[in-house]
Amino acid sequence: METKPVIEVSRLTKRYGRVTAVDELSFTVGPREIVGFLGPNGAGKSTTMRILAGFLPASSGSARIAGFDVFHQSAEVRRRIGYMPENNPLPPDMRVREYLKFRARLKGLYGTDCRLRVDLVQELCGLKDMGRRIIGTLSKGYRQRVGLADALVHDPPLLILDEPTIGLDPNQIRSLRQLIKDLGQRHSVLLSSHILPEVEMTCTRVLIMHRGRVRAAGTTSDLQDAMSGGHQVVAEIEAPESDLRECWETMPEIASFNLAPASGNYIRCALTPVNGGDLRDRVYEETRVHGWRLRELTFSRHSLEDIFVHLTRAERTEE
Amino acid sequence: MNIRVLLTLWRREVSATFASLIGYVVMAAVLLLLGVSFVLIVDALREPSDIPVTELFYGSLFFWVILLLSTPIITMRTFAQERATGTYETLMTTPVSDPEVVLAKFAGSITFYACLWAPLLPCILVVRHYTSDPSALDWGTVASTYVGILSLGNLYVAIGLFASALTRNQIIAAIVGLALGVSLFLLSFAAPALAGRAPWSTSILKEFSLVEQMWEFARGVVDVRHLIFHSSLAAVFLFLTFKTIEARRWR
Repeated sequence: METKPVIEVSRLTKRYGRVTAVDELSFTVGPREIVGFLGPNGAGKSTTMRILAGFLPASSGSARIAGFDVFHQSAEVRRRIGYMPENNPLPPDMRVREYLKFRARLKGLYGTDCRLRVDLVQELCGLKDMGRRIIGTLSKGYRQRVGLADALVHDPPLLILDEPTIGLDPNQIRSLRQLIKDLGQRHSVLLSSHILPEVEMTCTRVLIMHRGRVRAAGTTSDLQDAMSGGHQVVAEIEAPESDLRECWETMPEIASFNLAPASGNYIRCALTPVNGGDLRDRVYEETRVHGWRLRELTFSRHSLEDIFVHLTRAERTEE
Repeated sequence: MNIRVLLTLWRREVSATFASLIGYVVMAAVLLLLGVSFVLIVDALREPSDIPVTELFYGSLFFWVILLLSTPIITMRTFAQERATGTYETLMTTPVSDPEVVLAKFAGSITFYACLWAPLLPCILVVRHYTSDPSALDWGTVASTYVGILSLGNLYVAIGLFASALTRNQIIAAIVGLALGVSLFLLSFAAPALAGRAPWSTSILKEFSLVEQMWEFARGVVDVRHLIFHSSLAAVFLFLTFKTIEARRWR
């Protein structure tokens, strides 16, 4: 099992004039990892990906792909990546198969190799019957597949996909997600997205970027644990509000709570435990002792969306 | 430099030009101009003269209109369009080198430019068939005229390529290319204009006179000095194009 990192980025900085788009960014991506790049618009995701793809130079710092420096050994790096830029630009006048063959040749595949690989990626990306279609007449979903097929055609160890699911309908997103997951068996994937559930479902690891820096990194559950409290217990109980308030206030395991009236005479209590403990047993015990009626008791984790909003908005209010 | 990559890019360049509307507009315009000049040549041949037909054609100035106007339009899309649509990004993130891209785009534009001039040949054949005096149409002068057309074409395509590499706007690329090309053309008239005031400059400027040089090609004189002048100037512009492309990698 190869464990050398596929991407090593250290103290990478990119300035456009006085604007710093990427600020001392450091991270690594290992083999067969699917890493999601999350961040609000202008966080520096696309800039980082362009630097990794060898299209833009960095202002300072270094980035290596499979051990090759992206600036000094650009050609070696470009041989090893499949890059799909934001908005997936394609020439409208070419036919799908013609385009894929053209791209395969530029990436050093000729003759039988070229034909077989193009056959394979057409099959893989669901473009089998679309070979003769002119790219300009394709729907957004099919264009996205052509972009992905192009990125895959030379079987690169690393795929860099800048917002691959943008503009797709839910069914297309679902099939693309499965495709990327399958690719993760053999390739490393770095993808960026705004769509949080998307990243949560596909990626083995998440990097949350904001203002050119990584704000948080780790698996989705790592991030959830790192969030203060990590999770909550929600209970709907039929009882007088003052009694409930008193009860939760006197309970030492509870750090904070929030009461809201629900339908019927029920009150919805959101309870945050002191240090990540599970409160469900204790809550049930309380209701039994007091003879309250309980109709819901759930353990809810923070979603990636909560974490994302927490990390990127807290920053904004600081300034 | 990989020949197979060059061929792949060249094929793409040529097919992109032939697939574009602007390609056909240029072809139609050039055909119209060649047609008009053909009529003028036939007219001129009614009276016997010892001037070669190629020189008659050249004397009609259609040559310069076609050369000066078609080359910036052929070359304007090469880099500017790819940058505007973003396919430049996918192209430059494949393992192709900058010189390969520049040379392939140059070769593609030259191919199209050469195709533009092909219809001149049947025109000359028709004239030769019907003229009373076949000596007015010597194959040697036809060949030397084509050498001149291609030699100047190389230079002007290289200029247009450079203009296209500067911007992502095709219109600006065409105008910059046209301005550079026309300035170079107008240098031909600088020598006579300055003859009285700065006699020392005329001997230098005379060598830059594209009009004089093309006149010689049309008369059947293939002067190697002119060929070297055109190709070295073309090489300078290709080098500038390459440096412009390369500079983008540093930004």
